[in-house]
Amino acid sequence: MKQVVVTGLGIISPAGRGLADAWEGVLAARSGVAVDEQLTEMGTPVTLCCRVPAFDPDTELGRGSARRLDRFTHLAAIAAREAVAHAGLSQGDDEAITAADPDRTGILLGSGIGGAETWAEEYPRYLEKGPRRTSPMFIPRMLSNTAAGTVAIRSGARGPNMTVNTACAAGASAIHVARDLIRAGAADVMIAGGVEAGITGLSVSAFAQMGALTKNPDPATASRPFDVDRDGFVIGEGAAVLILESAEHAAARGATPLATVAGAGASADAHHATAPPEDGGGAVLAIQRAVADAGIEASTIGHLNAHGTSTPLNDVAEARALRAVFGDHTDAIVVTSTKGVTGHTLGAAGAIEAVFAIQSLREGRIPPTANLVNQDPEIDLDVVAGAARETRLQAVLSTSMGFGGQNSALVFTPA
Amino acid sequence: MSQDLLATFTELLSEEFGVPTEDVTPEATFEALGLDSLDVVELTLVLEEKTGVKLEDEELEDVRTVQDAIDKVQEKQA
Repeated sequence: MKQVVVTGLGIISPAGRGLADAWEGVLAARSGVAVDEQLTEMGTPVTLCCRVPAFDPDTELGRGSARRLDRFTHLAAIAAREAVAHAGLSQGDDEAITAADPDRTGILLGSGIGGAETWAEEYPRYLEKGPRRTSPMFIPRMLSNTAAGTVAIRSGARGPNMTVNTACAAGASAIHVARDLIRAGAADVMIAGGVEAGITGLSVSAFAQMGALTKNPDPATASRPFDVDRDGFVIGEGAAVLILESAEHAAARGATPLATVAGAGASADAHHATAPPEDGGGAVLAIQRAVADAGIEASTIGHLNAHGTSTPLNDVAEARALRAVFGDHTDAIVVTSTKGVTGHTLGAAGAIEAVFAIQSLREGRIPPTANLVNQDPEIDLDVVAGAARETRLQAVLSTSMGFGGQNSALVFTPA
Repeated sequence: MSQDLLATFTELLSEEFGVPTEDVTPEATFEALGLDSLDVVELTLVLEEKTGVKLEDEELEDVRTVQDAIDKVQEKQA
């Protein structure tokens, strides 16, 4: 079986922009939650969210390109450019692939919603001004595969190019499928990750109506995974991109592997559209499959970067799932949820958290779960609170669960 | 009239599409200014808001340059 390694990381998230800044942000539990002016103006029931640091799309992508693209594509392009440069696949700030065969370089992105802002802007215009004034750019801007298509246009990568949607597990699913495409020999290099920019009045209102969002109006404590007082998630946005590469290909071009994508597992709850089964049943299967796929002893898993959304249901179900898989070894797994800092970035979350899990593996440092003060007694896990914890790690796990009941688990080991 | 329309196009191309104003001349093709066929349709929508004149798809078929578009608008205004 071909070994697949990670050779580059790129991220734009509420924790920060760029790998160094975002990693520092989660290590310091620097909250990305803020009251949003736009949401306040719209009068949505919840006005807190986690935005990425402000950027000018025209400067980043060129005026002509930026105006043709939705915000989620802007984010994907920015993260992809960083990852490609980090992996040494491009030269300077340009994302054109020069150190690998572009025809053997593919792209796999995950997004739950796609061009949400484009829908939000265009549909009212359609209603107000009529069908004949609809923008011809609506379709290409809104399609959820446009981000992957745009990264291809900008990088020149002509390998397999797809977009997967497993809602809040999409970023992890993309890494899973990309890894498998390399294993299957369909590509040498895959640009893989997740992206979401779905903070619109409509989506925030709908998530609030579901009871999924926290009603806590205090940005400093709103996103508090595993805390007994948690009452919902804070919506976030962002993108993270990993460069995956067959180990031979990375070695042949002298790239430095950062980690190995050792295992990946996927499953469905087959239970309910949005609620996890109480025993975390589907998540159990995904984790078991990822550990089996990695071919490692379960006892080597030392860290979980949890889905940990800060909703009452998710965090308990996840704790139960972990214990169902690992039994007594659960006590030796150091758990964190970086969503205390980033909020829930939906389709980007699985990729953003994969980046943080890899950083923990590389540096032996596990970021704290921000705002965790009183751990829920029903959550019988060793969760890092307060300050980052130092520990040597042999294998790390990252889990993601999407609405729709779709679960994904990834295992990373040292390169 | 033609000068006014040139000014309108220059403003729209600059504001909406980021085209440097000095590049907008009557002879410049939309292609050379970086606009593809979808952009040109989008341009007609903002043009309609500005001038009240709507250029239809079939009228765009032989529009290549800024002057071509100005001529079409003038025909419809006449």
